Amino acid sequence: MERLAFRFDGGVPAASARQPCIVGVVASGNLEVLIEPSASDSACAIEINTAAHGFRATWQAVMADFFARHPIAGVRISINDAGATPAIVSLRLDQAFEAYAGDGAP
Amino acid sequence: MMQSYYEATARERLAAIVDAGSLREILPPPARTLSPHLMALDLPTAFDDGVIIGSATLAGLPILAAAQEGGFMGGAVGEVHGAKIAGLLARAVATRVAGVVLLLETGGVRLQEANAGLIAVSEIIRAICATRVAGIPVVAAIGGQYGCFGGMGIAASCCGTVVMSEEGRLGLSGPEVIETAHGVDEFDSRDRALVWRTVGGKHRYLLGDAQVLVDDRLDAFRDALAAALRAGGRLDLAALEREHAMLARRLDAYGTCRDAEEIWRAMGIEAPQDVPMLPTDVLVAACKSRRAA
Repeated sequence: MERLAFRFDGGVPAASARQPCIVGVVASGNLEVLIEPSASDSACAIEINTAAHGFRATWQAVMADFFARHPIAGVRISINDAGATPAIVSLRLDQAFEAYAGDGAP
Repeated sequence: MMQSYYEATARERLAAIVDAGSLREILPPPARTLSPHLMALDLPTAFDDGVIIGSATLAGLPILAAAQEGGFMGGAVGEVHGAKIAGLLARAVATRVAGVVLLLETGGVRLQEANAGLIAVSEIIRAICATRVAGIPVVAAIGGQYGCFGGMGIAASCCGTVVMSEEGRLGLSGPEVIETAHGVDEFDSRDRALVWRTVGGKHRYLLGDAQVLVDDRLDAFRDALAAALRAGGRLDLAALEREHAMLARRLDAYGTCRDAEEIWRAMGIEAPQDVPMLPTDVLVAACKSRRAA
């Protein structure tokens, strides 16, 4: 497994207190995304545990793309990945954001 | 809203089956109760180790529930995963809930965890029996892609009620395992019709291994599980002896059959070759009185 960490500053905190949300399953070609409020950190902190080694640059690009779409602050995002493609990762991140910050369930 | 039990994830199933908003998850993902074995082997882990447990109400009844996620390592039972289910059952006895609902989807023991997984499954089996002896119903649902096999096939059979859909599969050794161990002449695991008429929900219902057969709909599973909880029932010596007598009669009546269709014919079911194509309600209406149980 390869562990990666990214941090994005300058986002906007969620409007009100939020509950942790999880989307996705750690199945082949899939991943789970856990998104939680972070009391101690005003950034968007992302930790990734991936079965596919050597894709740091790709992860960096996909995470930066997510943060550009949803510049959120004060959250911790944790990912367990079993070889998902970038498109699936982006989809799960959007689902997790919607579940976390949206009005209703995903 | 997705209706298919088969297509839903474990979280979606659990959310749809319990009363809306009633689920209180125990050891939720933020608790990060990961498998130490998978970490040591440098394999992917899941924040819930592939099983969601919690308290909820079902049709107003206070219950404890577990849902296995087949997508994560085939729903296989590791040490943490198994301890969550066994602990849930111990809690059921301690808190006297109205019942325990197990949404099973598993290939059995997680081989990477070896003895810890084997012990976990045996602890689950013991806990299911102890919970039922305490008068608390334990009801299982099987209708996912991965079926319910291995030691958890035994665990399912220890539950008071098993609710299955036609798509669900229940067995001990899975089809591929049988083929690998005994050859393709014994069991062709790629023959899907053969697999389903041997371990599928319809055959399990007709043999009496499953008590309820439902369509592949979340609400159908929910209603059947609620009815089973309301019916209650305690595991005692008399119940065990009735079960053993049924198994002896079944073995006596069908033990020499070579195929499920032969069993259905021996049961007196008209046009047994049509059983795989019958809708659930038609099959249940036509065959209820012919079942082995």
